Amino acid sequence: MEFFKPGTNIQFVRVRFIAITISLLLILAGIISLIIHGGPNYGIDFRGGTLVQVKIHKPTDISHVRSALKDLKLGEVVIQSIGPEKENEYLIRIEKSSTSLKGISEIVKERLIKRFGKDKVEIRRVEMVGPKVGKDLRRKGMWAIIFSMIAILIYITWRFEFWFAIGAIVALAHDVMITIGVFSITNKQINLAIVAAILTIIGYSLNDTIVVYDRIRENMKKLSKISFPELVNQSINETLSRTILTSLTTLITVVILFFVGGGVIHDFAFALIIGVVVGTYSSIYIASPVVLFFEPYGRNKKGGRIVKRPPAAPAPKPSKVKVAPVSGTAPEKQTPAAKTGAKKKKGSGKKKKRKK
Amino acid sequence: MFRDLKIRFGIIILLVCGALFALAPSITDNLPDWWKDSVHKIKLGLDLQGGMHLILEVQAEKAVESFMERTKNDLESFLKSKGILVVSAQRKGLSVEIKYVKPNTKESVSSLITSRYPELRIVKTSQEGGHGVITVELSQKRKLAMERAAVDQALETIRNRIDQFGVTEPDISRQGKDRILVQLPGIKDPERAIQLIGKTALLEFKLVDDEHSLEEALKGNIPPGDEILYQRIVDPDTGAVTRKPYLIKKKTLLTGDVLKDAQVRINTQYGEPYVSITFDSRGAEIFEKITGENVKKRLAIILDNNVYSAPVIQERIAGGRAQITGRFTTQEAHDLAIVLRAGALPAPVKILEKRTVGPTLGQDSIRKGITSIVIGGLLVVLFMIFYYKLSGVVADLALFLNVIFIFAVLAAFRATLTLPGIAGIVLTIGMAVDANVLIFERIREELRLGKTPRAAMEAGFSKAFITILDANVTTLIAAIVLFQFGTGPIKGFAVTLSIGIVSSMFTAIVVSRAIFDLAFEKRRIKKISI
Repeated sequence: MEFFKPGTNIQFVRVRFIAITISLLLILAGIISLIIHGGPNYGIDFRGGTLVQVKIHKPTDISHVRSALKDLKLGEVVIQSIGPEKENEYLIRIEKSSTSLKGISEIVKERLIKRFGKDKVEIRRVEMVGPKVGKDLRRKGMWAIIFSMIAILIYITWRFEFWFAIGAIVALAHDVMITIGVFSITNKQINLAIVAAILTIIGYSLNDTIVVYDRIRENMKKLSKISFPELVNQSINETLSRTILTSLTTLITVVILFFVGGGVIHDFAFALIIGVVVGTYSSIYIASPVVLFFEPYGRNKKGGRIVKRPPAAPAPKPSKVKVAPVSGTAPEKQTPAAKTGAKKKKGSGKKKKRKK
Repeated sequence: MFRDLKIRFGIIILLVCGALFALAPSITDNLPDWWKDSVHKIKLGLDLQGGMHLILEVQAEKAVESFMERTKNDLESFLKSKGILVVSAQRKGLSVEIKYVKPNTKESVSSLITSRYPELRIVKTSQEGGHGVITVELSQKRKLAMERAAVDQALETIRNRIDQFGVTEPDISRQGKDRILVQLPGIKDPERAIQLIGKTALLEFKLVDDEHSLEEALKGNIPPGDEILYQRIVDPDTGAVTRKPYLIKKKTLLTGDVLKDAQVRINTQYGEPYVSITFDSRGAEIFEKITGENVKKRLAIILDNNVYSAPVIQERIAGGRAQITGRFTTQEAHDLAIVLRAGALPAPVKILEKRTVGPTLGQDSIRKGITSIVIGGLLVVLFMIFYYKLSGVVADLALFLNVIFIFAVLAAFRATLTLPGIAGIVLTIGMAVDANVLIFERIREELRLGKTPRAAMEAGFSKAFITILDANVTTLIAAIVLFQFGTGPIKGFAVTLSIGIVSSMFTAIVVSRAIFDLAFEKRRIKKISI
């Protein structure tokens, strides 16, 4: 079975400005939401506070839990029902944290026991993070994202070319911003697990992008007759089946996690779903067009090369191509004796070819 | 690499056997002991087996503060004994100010101080209202050393307490300069454990001041050298708590560091538990002296600034034994005995982070995690067969091996499986087929170009290889950064993701390839079902 017939040629590159506009609008919506909410909605991991997951072993309603915890004087208290309704399971988020030995969770427990009875209340999970640790973790999380981006930038620059790396990073930043934006719009909290999800999205989205880049690199050695935008477009089309297929299998598993995995990793799975969808979109519509956008600069600077490493591949045969006027250097590249020298000149030949 | 199919299959079979060997103890207990000794069960994280994760901060500067407080008291009486007329001695933060009457020269006072405490530095000498004032401080080096020692001792004390409390496989370690990480798997009553770990448990014996009026002191006229401390009294019938004040002389006569043992005993008359303490020889000597000098006075037994009891000393007590009573429940008495035996914390601790997971939630998470793996895996498996037919079956086999390898590596390297770790496995299932998809799509392309099945297969594998490598290395970079950054559960995610990436590359490139080669060589197939 095949999703896309061979020779599929969807004009991805032609609509790149529309795609970029849509992306910018999405990012803008996220930014506006962030401004309205006064910054990201940090969970207790990053802000400090207390989270109590409680199960009430009798039919109850969220309003009962709310009334039981009324006027606690512990700052803002947010109560949320998780899982199926009949489970009577709730997440209680409390703004304050306590560094003394008697925890806030004990106070909450006492209140709930008073309201629902001693053996009806089960405290399933308590997380308390002091404000100092919260700040530490926030800083660490930020650095983790920045570090991974730098490491990736270096790797892609090494394997491909600097402008490819820029394209990949723009796509990644795009994915991360949209994910954070969606979290802000849906008013979900960003905690440690979400940062983990974002890092995974970075890895995943990159995986997709690299496959396309890899095909572009390969085609540049092979197809010299068509223009660079066309070449990019063709490369995207050739890898389309794979991109969609892998995204689909990954999407299947994260959707299962979302519905079956349980309350603790619900938001984590949600972040991954957004990430897989946005990541797939960005590697088709964003990552490669960005390379296209920067490519002319890269060419001028680097003396006309965009592909770095055609390892033992035979040099393209310029004789087959009608080389444009300035061909003083062209014949030389047929002698692949001195590798470095040949590389450079081969590129300049390509430049001329593409300009046709 | 290994052209010979037999060698390749030999290696694969060896790896699978190794994986099954590593996994067996996690599946069944019904194995010989040598087996269970060589590989262990997969270690579950606190979020799966339930338990508590704590990060404590030792307020080490408090240890220096109390050292300076003691130094101040000692210096005052020492200087007086040497004939210096001391007007006052005061501690201000971490420095001590000693005011003395003029005829004494600052040289003589200073030399006396430094002879007694060589680690003290005279930081200032001045005059105030006709009196001389000398300010002393600890040297920075000494202060840091003392703080470090306080954290070390706190770590040791907490370890002792937990050992005596009885938790299987606790993990107590130092983090950074002044933090202590405590992980207690499977703990049933986290609040009790926190009390036990975090209690300073500073036991002090001080005299009650019966010469001055308590009423006057409560109004605010506390006599110099005295303080007001309270006894917490719980009414056994109503549960109401009252606080009874005592006027106590500040001077500490004896502390808990001279304890040899502490045991729970039951009062035969009322059936009430109490804690019986035994002093070491030095403690017994001091205790005998104190009781001998203060007959008919009240001796308060104070723990962390709470008065537990203040019995009247009837006679000199030799033999070094005392009791702490206080309407305890058996559990309270038991815990008190533990903390007294383990010794006091050198400084109070603050809880920076606390995460507890109840055992039922852990069970739930495991169940839901496994369900996710099974459903997700099944859907992906069916999808691959539907899309790639027989080749899809090969990919599924690779996927299956992949999951086995992930669990086996977890077991073999004693890595911890957490809930995000399970999520990582589920995600890997989705992503692991990627390598095979890349290869298969390539083979299809090559077939379209009119290559023979065998040539198409070979070209597909070799051309997809670089792509697979590049694509996976970048994901691996993200996973490694994640490992560096993460705490417990998140680390577990990074671990399974990394193992999954590496093993999916292996299963796709080596295992699938070997199966294809086998099919071509032995069965001489003419067509690829792809």
